[in-house]
Parts: sequence; C-alpha cells; structure tokens
Amino acid sequence: MTRYLLTRLGQALVIVILVTLITFVILHLLPGGAARAILGKEATLQQIAAFNHEMGYDRPLWEQYALYLRRLAQGDLGYSFQLNQSVGEAILQRLPKTMLLSLASTLLAVLIAVPLGVVQAVRRNRWPDYTINALALLAYATPIFFLGLLMIILFSQVWPVLPPEAPQGFTLADVLADPAGLVLPILSLTILTVAVYSRYIRSSMVDNLNENYVRTARSKGLSETRVIIGHTLRNGLFPVITLLGMYLPALFSGALVVERLFNYPGMGLLFWQAALKRDYPILLGVTLLISVATVAGALIADVLYAAADPRVRLKAGRS
Amino acid sequence: MTIPPPGTPTSGDPIPDTPAPSPPGHDPGPGHDPVTPGTPTPGPSAPGAAVPDEAPVRGMWRNGLEVFCENRLALAGVALFVLLAAFSFLGPLLYHTDQVHTDLTKVHLPPGTPGHPLGTDGVGYDQLGRLMLGGQTSIVVGLAAGLLATVVGTVWGAVAGFAGRWADAVMMRLVDAMMSIPALFLFMLMASIVTPTVPMLIIIIGAFAWLGPARLVRGEALSLRTREYVLAMRGMGGTGGRAVRTHIIPNAIGTVIVNATFQVADAILYVAYLSFLGLGVPPPAANWGGMLSDGLSDAFSGHWWLLYPPGIAIILIVLAFNFIGDGLRDVFEVRLRRR
Repeated sequence: MTRYLLTRLGQALVIVILVTLITFVILHLLPGGAARAILGKEATLQQIAAFNHEMGYDRPLWEQYALYLRRLAQGDLGYSFQLNQSVGEAILQRLPKTMLLSLASTLLAVLIAVPLGVVQAVRRNRWPDYTINALALLAYATPIFFLGLLMIILFSQVWPVLPPEAPQGFTLADVLADPAGLVLPILSLTILTVAVYSRYIRSSMVDNLNENYVRTARSKGLSETRVIIGHTLRNGLFPVITLLGMYLPALFSGALVVERLFNYPGMGLLFWQAALKRDYPILLGVTLLISVATVAGALIADVLYAAADPRVRLKAGRS
Repeated sequence: MTIPPPGTPTSGDPIPDTPAPSPPGHDPGPGHDPVTPGTPTPGPSAPGAAVPDEAPVRGMWRNGLEVFCENRLALAGVALFVLLAAFSFLGPLLYHTDQVHTDLTKVHLPPGTPGHPLGTDGVGYDQLGRLMLGGQTSIVVGLAAGLLATVVGTVWGAVAGFAGRWADAVMMRLVDAMMSIPALFLFMLMASIVTPTVPMLIIIIGAFAWLGPARLVRGEALSLRTREYVLAMRGMGGTGGRAVRTHIIPNAIGTVIVNATFQVADAILYVAYLSFLGLGVPPPAANWGGMLSDGLSDAFSGHWWLLYPPGIAIILIVLAFNFIGDGLRDVFEVRLRRR
C-alpha cells in the first residue's frame, strides 16, 4: 500500500508541475505579453518596464519559470489590478461556495444514481432500464443552462415556490442562510451528474452480475435481494469511487455554467467575469487552482479505491 | 461539458464510450488510474472472439451494417441527423431570408406573421432562417472539431502506446495534465485570448478534445503491439511507423469511430456552452447554442419562439449522435452485444 501510495503521489506531483508549465506558457502567450495583459491597456511603457523588472520578466525564461514556481509555492497566485485584490484572496472568498455547490450535488447525485443504476442493471433490457436510460440520455443532451432555465420557468414562474436566483451572500454562512435559493442550482448540477453516473453504475453492475460468484451465490439458493445487495452491490460500487474523481473536471465545468446562470457568487462566476474583462491573473489563478483540485480529487479517489479493493493495489504494485 | 459542460461534456466527455469494462469507462481522470493504465480490454479484435453466431462467412462491413440496422435507435439517429442537416444546409436554398441586415421595425414578431412562420428575434432576423444558419455552424463545428480531435488523438495515442518507455510516459503525462484542467475553463481561457471565429472555435475545441481518443488508442496500442502478427512483422524488419500505420490504427479503428461520434455530440454542446458564456462566434454569425443563450433573456417576456426551437434543435442533434454512437458500438464491440 505504501508503495502504491508513493507512486501515485509522484504521478500527481508530475501532473501538477506540468499544469503549472501549461499556465506559465499561456501567461507568456498572452496578447501584448504578460505585463501588458496584467497591467491593462492604459499602462505606459515605463510602467511595463518597471513591472517586468519587478516580476523578473526580463530574465531568461527558465529563471522566470523557477520564480513563478517559487511564488506559487508561497501561495502567491498574482495580483488582479482590475479587482485591486490579490488573486489568492479573491479565490479564497469564493472557493467555499463553489465547494458547497459541487459537494452537495455530487452527494445527491450518488444517492440518486446508485439506486437507478442498480434497478437498470437488474431489470436490464426491460422497460425500467429503457425509461431510465432515455431520461438520462435526454438530460445529458440538454445544455445545462437550458435545463436550469426550464426549472426556473417551472418553479419560479409557473409554480412560484423557489427564487430564480442563487443566494447573493458574500460568505458561506450568508449563502447557507438562504437555502431556498440553493435548491435550483444544486438540482440542475445534480441532474446532469446523475445522467452520467447512472450509466456507469449500470454497466459496472451488469459486468458484475455476469460474474461466476453471482451464479454461485444464486445456486446456493440465496434470494435475489441477497445476491444483489449482499454480493454484487459492493463489488459493483467500487468503481464508483474512481468515477467520483474522474468526473471532477466535468463537474467543475458544469458548476461554471450553473454559477453563471443563477448568478451564484462562486469561483465559476469569478472566472466568467474575469474572462469578459480579460483579467488574466484571475483567469490563470482559477484555472491553476481548479486543476490542482482536480488532480487532488482524483488522487484521493484512487487511494480510497485502493484501500477498499486490495486487487487494485496488488496489481499496481506488481507492474 | 458538459459540462459538461458541462459537461462537459465531459467533460470533458462524460458519457462512457466503452460501457465500462470493470473499471467504469475509458476515461480515468487525471493522473494514472491504477486499474485502467491502458488496460488491454479484450476488445473486438481479440483472436477468435469475433465470430458472429449466424453468419460466419459474411464480410465484416456487411455484417456490421446489419447489426447497425437492427438497432432501431441508431437508425433513428441517422434519420434525425440527415433531417437536421438537410434543414440547415438545403433549407436556405428554398427559404430565403436576410440574415445579415437587421430590421428594427420588425422585432419580436410572433410566429405565424406572414412571411415569418417562426416569428423574428430581437433585431428583426427571421427566426426560421436563423435556425438554418445556426444549424450550419453547430453541425460544421461539431463534425470538424470531432474529426480533428479524433485524428490528432489517434496518432498521438498510437505513437505513445507503440513507442512505450519514456516517450509514452512523457506523452501520456502531458495528456493527464491537460485533462486535469476542466475543459470549459481551458476553452474560455483560450477564447479570451483569440477572437472566436468558426475555424478558431474548431481549433480550440479540437485542441482539447483529442485527449480522450489519445488515451483510448494508447490503451489499444499497448495491447496490440505484443500480438504475434505485429511481432512477426517487426521480426521481418518492419519499422515502428509501419506497425502504427498498418496494424495499430486499423485495429483500433472501431473504438476510434465510436468515440468520434460521441466527440461530435460533445463538441456541439461545448459550442453551446461557450456561446452561453459570451465567448461564441459574434453576430451576424449564429449557432444554435448562441441562439438558445440569447433566447434565455427572452424567456420571461413571452417570446417563447426564441427559446424552445434552438433548445430542441440542440437536444435532437446531440441525441442523434449519441444514438449513432451506440449503434456503432454494437457493430464494433462484439463482446458487448446482447447485454
């Protein structure tokens, strides 16, 4: 296990370093160069020269990259002159709200998708399977902002029970104080996530139901419920742990759209506003942070998977 | 993106392209998934695995076509795609509208107004004609980005899988790193640097979407390169390039085609998401996603004809490609038939 953990950790580290290399390259591809992009259109040549010198942008590229890494290691993601705030601070204010949105919808999605996927696998190629499959595909094919809008129309206009906008509080506590406003954003992200999860869970369960141990269990005379809940479910759900990690990039992408639609004051909205204003320090900072979060999430998922299923760590240790 | 967007799609590409061999899906997130590192799933080309029950002598393509046609949803997908493509590309030949000049005397006309069967939008464009124009962009960008991603990803994955060792490690870690940046964030970052035009949009989406196919093909390549016939060819002095060209790519083609179909669906969704986030192709160009996002602001003023038609069009085309992809999977992945 230790060996597996170390290998996996090393890989994650390499990926994070590569991600910083990508953001570094993008920073230097920015129109007019990094200084112009950060300081804005109105900056004078002197200001740009001074900024370049101060940031070390006049040194050789590899030295700049080393500097960039050192700043990142110190938690310095740069400074947004448009917000007049350090990037780290701007992100920290919004991060908890995005986490709330992502975690809540992931949790809900698992709770909904697991029973759906199991029902589909057990009744496969019959009407419950077809119905759920059709609904999941429909949800997947619907752009999430359209889905969200349909829910706003349904629940705020036709049958006005929920507010059409997300809570506008500044802190996490403010947001939590208005739970009604959270329902629609979380729900739209959940529906999209369920659409993806249930398909995976179905095929994982189907794979397991075709295994020999299931036949053995059945021929021992166990009831079908026992076979499914006691034997297959556990094995069939292991891969869901990795699925959680794998799905993170798509989840964050979805959160970006949902935050924009409901005007939810999270990291996605910050990113969107920065994209419209071409506020590159924020854009790069959020991109970097969200990628690191993705890598970390995948790492945690893989480690949990290995802890739950010894076959994984044994196989990985051997190769 | 969906989400995928969404996402995306998927992420990127969230719908499982290979209905999960024990670890779900082909898409082991960033980092090296312990179970899938190019798991050689006993694919369609496993020796002796691919014998169809009834008709052993018939050719692969003929047999494949038959399997495809047995899948009614796949046929419906093809029909839907042909219908939407004909509407978008042939429609303007029969139904002429001015989609360049605005006409502020004719804004928000309701459907059924003489000359405007689907009404007009906020600047006086005919909505039906605009749907045709928007469909062209959505379909072209989807197909082109899907194709670009598939070609780049296939070559990358085949080379990495075949080269092995450090080349493989370097190439695949790069894929891992890019995959760990959520697609929409990367798209927006790129779209905020260049002005999105149709070719640019294709490149931006294609430049990210090749990662999925690259992983898939690498997995296939890893399992294929130790097969006897490849070893035999190498033993006779064949080059690595020949192995990739004549053995690995043709053998992985099934997986690649299935994946490409889903790529197209995801690309169409990504175009919609980018338009919604304000980084789509600027007017007078149009695409269904952009029309749908414009329609959002009209939703509460009763202009339903600006919202539902483009929304339904997107759903239909994405569904069409998913149906086609499912049908193709039946054709190529023999192991999964009748499950």
